[in-house]
Amino acid sequence: MQNQIKYQVDFLAIVYFVLLVMLGWLNIYAADYDPELNNSIFSLDQSAAKQMLWISASILLIAIVFILDYRFYESFGYIIYFGVIILLVAVLFLGKEVAGSTSWFEIGFIKVQPSEFAKIGAAIGLAKYLSTYDDQRFKKQRLRRSAAFFLLPMALIILQGDLGSAMVYGSLVIVLFREGLSVRLLLFALYILLIFFLTLLLDQWILLVVILAISLIALGLFARATKGFVKIISITLLTFCLVKSVDFVLNDVLKAHQKQRVLSLINPNADPLGIGWNVMQSKIAIGSGGFMGKGFLKGTQTKFDFVPAQTTDFIFCTIGEEHGWLGGTFILIIFGAFFMRLLMIAERQKSAFVRIYGYAVFSIMFFHFAINIAMTIGLFPVIGIPLPFFSYGGSSLWTFTALLFILLKLDSKRASFLQH
Amino acid sequence: MTERIFGIRLFLVLTILILSIRLFSIQIIDKTYKKAAEGNFIKKIIDYPYRGLIYDRYGELLVYNEPVFDIEILPREAKLEDSVDIKALFDITQEDFDKRYQKARRFSKNLSSIFYEKLSNERFAKIQDRLIDFEGFSVQSRITRGYTVNALSNALGYVGQVTSQQIGMDTSGYYKSGDNIGVTGIENTYEEYLRGLRGVRFNKVDVRGVYMGAYENGSFDTLSIPGLDIRLTVDAELQLYAEKLMKDKIGSVVAIDPTTGEILALVSSPTYDPVLLTGRDYSKNYLDIQSDTTKPLFNRPLQAMYPPGSMFKTIQALIALQDHKIEAKEIIKVDGSLIGDHAPPGPYDVERAITKSSNNYFFKVFRRVIQQGIDANPYIDTRIGFENWRIHVLQFGFGQNLGVDLPNEKSGFVPSLEFYDKIYGKDRWKFSNIYSLSIGQGELNVTPMQMANLGAILANRGFFYAPHIVKKVGDINNSELERHFVGVDSAHFQSVLDGMQALVSVPGSRGYIPGLIFCGKTSTVQNSQGIDHSGFMGFAPRENPKIAIAVYVENSGWGARAALSTASLLIEKYITGTVKKVWLEEYVLKGDFEDAKPN
Repeated sequence: MQNQIKYQVDFLAIVYFVLLVMLGWLNIYAADYDPELNNSIFSLDQSAAKQMLWISASILLIAIVFILDYRFYESFGYIIYFGVIILLVAVLFLGKEVAGSTSWFEIGFIKVQPSEFAKIGAAIGLAKYLSTYDDQRFKKQRLRRSAAFFLLPMALIILQGDLGSAMVYGSLVIVLFREGLSVRLLLFALYILLIFFLTLLLDQWILLVVILAISLIALGLFARATKGFVKIISITLLTFCLVKSVDFVLNDVLKAHQKQRVLSLINPNADPLGIGWNVMQSKIAIGSGGFMGKGFLKGTQTKFDFVPAQTTDFIFCTIGEEHGWLGGTFILIIFGAFFMRLLMIAERQKSAFVRIYGYAVFSIMFFHFAINIAMTIGLFPVIGIPLPFFSYGGSSLWTFTALLFILLKLDSKRASFLQH
Repeated sequence: MTERIFGIRLFLVLTILILSIRLFSIQIIDKTYKKAAEGNFIKKIIDYPYRGLIYDRYGELLVYNEPVFDIEILPREAKLEDSVDIKALFDITQEDFDKRYQKARRFSKNLSSIFYEKLSNERFAKIQDRLIDFEGFSVQSRITRGYTVNALSNALGYVGQVTSQQIGMDTSGYYKSGDNIGVTGIENTYEEYLRGLRGVRFNKVDVRGVYMGAYENGSFDTLSIPGLDIRLTVDAELQLYAEKLMKDKIGSVVAIDPTTGEILALVSSPTYDPVLLTGRDYSKNYLDIQSDTTKPLFNRPLQAMYPPGSMFKTIQALIALQDHKIEAKEIIKVDGSLIGDHAPPGPYDVERAITKSSNNYFFKVFRRVIQQGIDANPYIDTRIGFENWRIHVLQFGFGQNLGVDLPNEKSGFVPSLEFYDKIYGKDRWKFSNIYSLSIGQGELNVTPMQMANLGAILANRGFFYAPHIVKKVGDINNSELERHFVGVDSAHFQSVLDGMQALVSVPGSRGYIPGLIFCGKTSTVQNSQGIDHSGFMGFAPRENPKIAIAVYVENSGWGARAALSTASLLIEKYITGTVKKVWLEEYVLKGDFEDAKPN
């Protein structure tokens, strides 16, 4: 009887996907549009025409995903995962260096960036590990250990010199949270991040004195029991080490351009023609859009090459400038609805593997979306990651498409999975 | 679990809300971005500094700055209908035009890039009026080097655009693409002083490119600071005359003021016209000059190495005198059997041996220096004597850099114990293996600069100042005058100088200058590759010397012909201001050195 139940591919998710890809394509056209040349939208000189080729190719990719048996991903989960890990290691030795990162394979004229495709592998590997032996007794331990599944590719990609892409993997913490990772551990991670940014903002000696003062007060209030005393002391010590090591990371680990990017977040006006310039120009373009925007193809800031990487990482500038707050918020809402749909799909799964994979897809895309837009409006440092389905370029489009459609394929077969 | 699922959704909604509020704040509430967008075109203009000028020792201008003009194109505004007129204006083909246009177009549609590089002042003046008719073309002026005389090229060096490789190697972080940098010569060694400091201006321009005032009232602007001027030690008149004499010959002239170490003339022949390495044909000309088989870029006075030949006998005599192996008036009889010789057999003292350049005399002298009889074993005895001799020679500045303020100075070569051990094996060589050194042949190699410095040592009776070519940088005198003593007492110079004086004091000979008492020594440098090189080293006048000089003319045979004649003319020119020996000047200019005018 079970096999008789046929599920359809989630229609609404596909509608959102098509909508996002088409809106993205129109904006790439607008970003690259030259009012004087008045080129045809299909002229191959234009990024838009090339993007249309990538979009067409992604339809082929969707077909392949749908032809492959749905059990493939779970069965070969670890093999897929370790396959991408091997690629990530290989690129360190065989890769080509572009703009300070060794993250590209060059085979003839084809360029492949394993850190893009590795996102799919990490999502599948993590889902496979967390969904096997769904025994409640070992769950906490397994959750903590599973972090290795994204910390490993993260480390390898940092070694390639691509901090931005590496940070994407950190978003998989959301999956662990959903699966029940202790909130304390998460708060602890957030605390470390907070200290990190405070160290950047404040003089480290002032910060250390403040921390010392707080811990003394805490000792006075809570340290009646020995346990509390030990805890407060150790947290204080740890914070001290952290502050010192942030200084070390900033000066000795990060590359000069990465350090500049972090620092320009703190004070974007410090260097108006260097790194801060990108963010400044991006904010000017978006800010000049006003409520309604200047109209399709009417933007001036994005037209005259003020904004760098305007078809890729800074594609949101074109939206902000030409369609204003209204258009920008409209795009935010479509993304929001799309993400809600992903979460809904994930939650309706009987299979833990598909649910976890679904959350992983959500986490990765959501991180790209939030950070990409945040960096164009000066809420986050420029880390150079694309806006899903909008940014120009084949690699990222195909990665997001594959991530999404593997989920939709698995979802369409959800009746066939045995319930754990 | 439900609260976590809800938590994640809340997080999603809150994020979108925050982004939307931030958008609202920069797009609607904050008006500064809108205003910035209206005036948003900050054009960065590099203010290239004036490079320091170069003068000769009397303040005569040698190197200056000349404006050239780059024509820039803004592809967005350029009209292709104008292409016929533009081609005519620049005198370029359709193909060339397309190439230039496409290159600019590929760079950017909306930013200017160079269309036509380095128009000279004259050519620019011709097309200036017409150019304003064409939209999208603008002029960017730049500075290149100009030269008042076609001389001293190898020492001056040239200036080129900094390469990406040089930028990579620049630890000071000064250089940026488009900057000039001194590539060789003085332009290179004094780059730091000559270059000045680049300035930058940020101008606000509107979308049409119209100037709208300085960005932030110029608070980000910096003025360029011109480089420091340099005054050389070179006497331009003497230099020009020396180059004229050396024309069509291969060789070097180095003239030094022995009282200061100042270089008065520095000729490397053949040379090139410095103008060729500026302007728009720089790359093509450079390749031509570089591939020339006579190597015009090779700075011979500092880089060419020859055996010193008979000129070295002066040092051999001084070492032997200092070590008391001979006395100045001691008579040594030679029969011409020890080594090939042009000097007749007979009795010699130091003076006569120098004048006649007796090979056999110096063979005997050198044997006394090397084989001192300290050790019974002749091999060990040779080692002791040789090492002692070598230390003497090094003190004369041979086998090491003199510290000339020009790049790529070569140190020449003075063989060492290890060198001969490698050839013959330890304790397998003695005087009979190295006797060629006695007459300045064998493994010795020296540069013309070191030979001129020897002239200065003889003039000073025992010390020298490091030769240098820059007298003054900005207002600061190059006053690093340290006496280097060579370890030979001044009394020992008398007999050597007597011999050198006698050599150039035969009335009517090529060397002789009426009314001037001076000293000199010639070399006919054996050349295994072809005709011998002609060499001369000396100084003038004998008392209160003003000039020390070394001349090498390759493949010209006897030292007493080409090199001596050239040096004599230059000495006469420098000391008396004119040249009276017109026949000698004609002889040198003719350059075949074939005739038999008596020595």
